Amino acid sequence: MENELTVTEEQKIIADLLPRPFGRAGKIWVAALSVVCLLGVFAYYRQLRYGLQVTAMRDYVSWGLYISNFVFFVAISLVGSLITAILRIANVTWSTPLTRIAEMIAIAAIMFAAMIIVIDMGRPERLLNVFAHGRIQSPIIWDVVVITTYFFVSLLLLYLPLLPDIQILRAHQVAAVKPFQKLYKFMGAFWKKTPEQHRISSKAISILCITIIPVAFCIHTVTSWLFATTFRPGWDSTNFGAYFISGAFLAGSGAVVVAMFVVRKAYQLDKYITDVHFDKMGRILVLLALLYLYFNVNEYLVPAFKMKEGEGAHLNQLFRGDWALKFWTTILVSMVIPIVMLVFKKGRKPLPMFIAGLMVVAGAWFKRYIIVVPSMLHPFLPMHDVPASYKYYFPSWEEWAIAGGSLAGALLVITLLVRIFPVIPIRETIDEMKTD
Amino acid sequence: MSNSTNELTSRRAFLSGAAMAAVGSVAAIACNSNKHPFTPEDESVVPSGEKVKLLSVNGDVIEVDKAFLKPVPDMPPISNDEARVGIAGKKFVMVIDLSRCKNLKKCQSACNHMHHIQDGQNWIKVYAMGEEAEHTAPYWQPTTCMHCDVPPCVKVCPVDATFKRQDGVVLIDSDRCIGCRFCMAACPYSTRVFNWSEPVLTEDVASTHYNCETSVPQKKGTVGKCDFCADMTRKGELPHCVSACPNGVFFFGDINEDSVSNGAETFRFSELIRDKAGYRLLEDLGTHPNVYYLPPVNRNFPFEVGKENDKG
Repeated sequence: MENELTVTEEQKIIADLLPRPFGRAGKIWVAALSVVCLLGVFAYYRQLRYGLQVTAMRDYVSWGLYISNFVFFVAISLVGSLITAILRIANVTWSTPLTRIAEMIAIAAIMFAAMIIVIDMGRPERLLNVFAHGRIQSPIIWDVVVITTYFFVSLLLLYLPLLPDIQILRAHQVAAVKPFQKLYKFMGAFWKKTPEQHRISSKAISILCITIIPVAFCIHTVTSWLFATTFRPGWDSTNFGAYFISGAFLAGSGAVVVAMFVVRKAYQLDKYITDVHFDKMGRILVLLALLYLYFNVNEYLVPAFKMKEGEGAHLNQLFRGDWALKFWTTILVSMVIPIVMLVFKKGRKPLPMFIAGLMVVAGAWFKRYIIVVPSMLHPFLPMHDVPASYKYYFPSWEEWAIAGGSLAGALLVITLLVRIFPVIPIRETIDEMKTD
Repeated sequence: MSNSTNELTSRRAFLSGAAMAAVGSVAAIACNSNKHPFTPEDESVVPSGEKVKLLSVNGDVIEVDKAFLKPVPDMPPISNDEARVGIAGKKFVMVIDLSRCKNLKKCQSACNHMHHIQDGQNWIKVYAMGEEAEHTAPYWQPTTCMHCDVPPCVKVCPVDATFKRQDGVVLIDSDRCIGCRFCMAACPYSTRVFNWSEPVLTEDVASTHYNCETSVPQKKGTVGKCDFCADMTRKGELPHCVSACPNGVFFFGDINEDSVSNGAETFRFSELIRDKAGYRLLEDLGTHPNVYYLPPVNRNFPFEVGKENDKG
C-alpha cells in the first residue's frame, strides 16, 4: 500500500539530510587531519630525497609498516561491496542509509591503498614500468588490475545512486550547498529524471552490485596472495584468501559502525540512523567476528599442531615469544571482546557499538602488522652477516608519519565527501518512506 | 681494481682512437686532399708532441699526436639485450665443497670489492650451520645466489627486472627495477639485498656505464644480488669468489660440458656430485638451484668460532 508523503514532510527530510557546513568541531577536525597529512607529505619528501634509508626497513624486514597499512586499506575498502551489494542482493532494505557512507569509506580507502604502494616503492618514478614491462605472472600485476577495477566500480556505485540527490541539491539553493553548485551541475547536468533514465540507472546499479562482489573477493584474495605465493613461514598458507576476506569484512563493518555513530552525532540523524540500525550492524559484526575467529584458528592451529621447523620458530614467537603480547592482545581486541560485547542486546546500543567498532578497526590494523612483520623476521636461513639493526624492526618516525598521514588523508577524503554530498541517500529515503 | 680500470680505459682509448683516425682520414681525403688527415676541426688544439700509435684502415701502424685524440665515453661491453639472452649453449653451475671451508671469507671480500657492494651488505654469506643442534657437527656454509631453474624471484617480479637467461644465470636489470622488493620476500635463500640509500661509490665507478652482467654501479632504490659474475664467464674466466678462495671451496663450470673447476683442479660435475653425494639447499621447495653442495665430511679444517672473521 502506498502512502503519499506531503510536500512538507518531503521538505523536512530534505532539510534534514542536506549537507551542512562545518561547525567548530568540524573545522578543528579538518585542520587536525590536514596537519597530520602535511607531516606525512614532509616525511615522504625526506624519503624521496634520502631514499628508503629513512625507514627502519632493511634487507630482512624489507616490507614493514607501509605494506601492513596497504593491506589494512584494502581490507577496509571491501565494506562498500558488503553493505551496498551483498545486503542489496539479499533484499535487505534497512541498510539503505548506510550504503553511501560505506561507498565513501571504500573509495577513500582504495585511493590510499594504491598510494601507499607507490610510497613503498624504491623507484616511484618508474611506476610506468608496470604498464610498459608488466608481466601477468606476477601477483603485483593482478593486484594492479583488480584494484583499478574495484576503484572504478566503487566510484560508479557512489555516483549513480547520487544522481537523483544531485537534482535535489541543485533545486535547493541554501547556503550549505551553494559553493558546490558548479560541481553538482557538472556531475548531474545530463540527469533529466525521465523514466527511461531511471530504468537505465537502476539496471546499471543492479549490474554493478553483482559485479562488485567477485571483484571485491578478487582484490583481497590477490592481496593475500602477495604473501601466500611465497615460501615464507607464516605466509605459506592455503587458508590466506578466505582468512583475509573474512578479516576484511569484519574490519570494514567496524569502520561503518564508527562512521555511523560519528555522522549521526554530528548531523543529529537519530531519526534516520536508528538504534535498530546499530542493533542489526551489531548482529552482522558478531557473525563476521566469529567467522574471522574461525579462520584464525585454521591459520594458526593447524601449523601449530605440526610445528614444522620454519613455522615452529615463527609460531613460538607469536604465541609465547617477543610477539606474544601484541598477538594475544590483537586477538582479544579485534575478535573475542567484540563478540562477547555484541552478543548481548545491551551491547548493541550505539555507544557500546561505537567502542566495539573502534576496537575492531584498531585490532584489524595491528593484525595486518602482525601478519607482515614477524614472517619477515623468520627466514629459512638464519640472519647472518648483517649489522645488528637489520635483525629487528621498529618503524622510523618517517614511516609513522607517512602511515599516519595516509590514515588522516583517508579520513579527510571521507569528511569532504560527507560535506559535499548527502551522507544518507535523500531520494531513496523519501521513496522508501512512501512505500512503507 | 683501479689499475685494471685504467688499463681498460687506455686500451679503449687506443681502439677508439684508431677508429676515429680512420674515419677522419677518409673524410679528409674526400673533402680536401691537401689537408692533413689529422688536422683537428677545432684549430685551438695544440699538438702536444706526444705521439700515439694507431692502426689505420689499411692495416698500417701510424702515429698521431695525443692532443688530437678525443676521449670516448665509457661504453658497456655488451648491449642490454645481449645481456638478457645469455651465452648460447652454456648452462652454468657451481659446486661448493663444505669440507674445505675455513670461514676465511676471501670469497666475500673479493665479491664485495669487485661489485662495490655497500657497507653491511654481502652477496656471499658464510653461515655457521648446525651449531645449536644437539648431535650434529657444525660446519661453515658459504651461500651465493642459487640461480634457481624455477626462480621464485623471477616469478613474482612485476616488471621483468629480474630474469633468467638461457645459460641459467638469474640477473637483475637495475635500470628497470621499481624497488617493490617482492623478489626479496619471495627468495627463500635470503640472498637479495636492497640499496636503501644512494650507494657510496668513487667518482669513476659511479660514472661507469651500468650493465646487468657486471651489476656495477649499484643504484639507489633497486635490488642487488650475486650474478655469478656473468661478465667474467662471458670472457671465459671464473667468478671472483672462485678465484679468490685459497682453499678451493668453490667450483664453477658448465653443466653441458659436465666439468667444474676451482682454477687448480677440474672435475667431471656428474662424477663429483655422485661420488661425494652432492645436494642442494631447501630442495623440497622445488626451486631447482644451480648451486650444489658437497657434504662436510673429512674436513680439511676444524670448525672454530669466535675468530676474527666470524662476525654477526
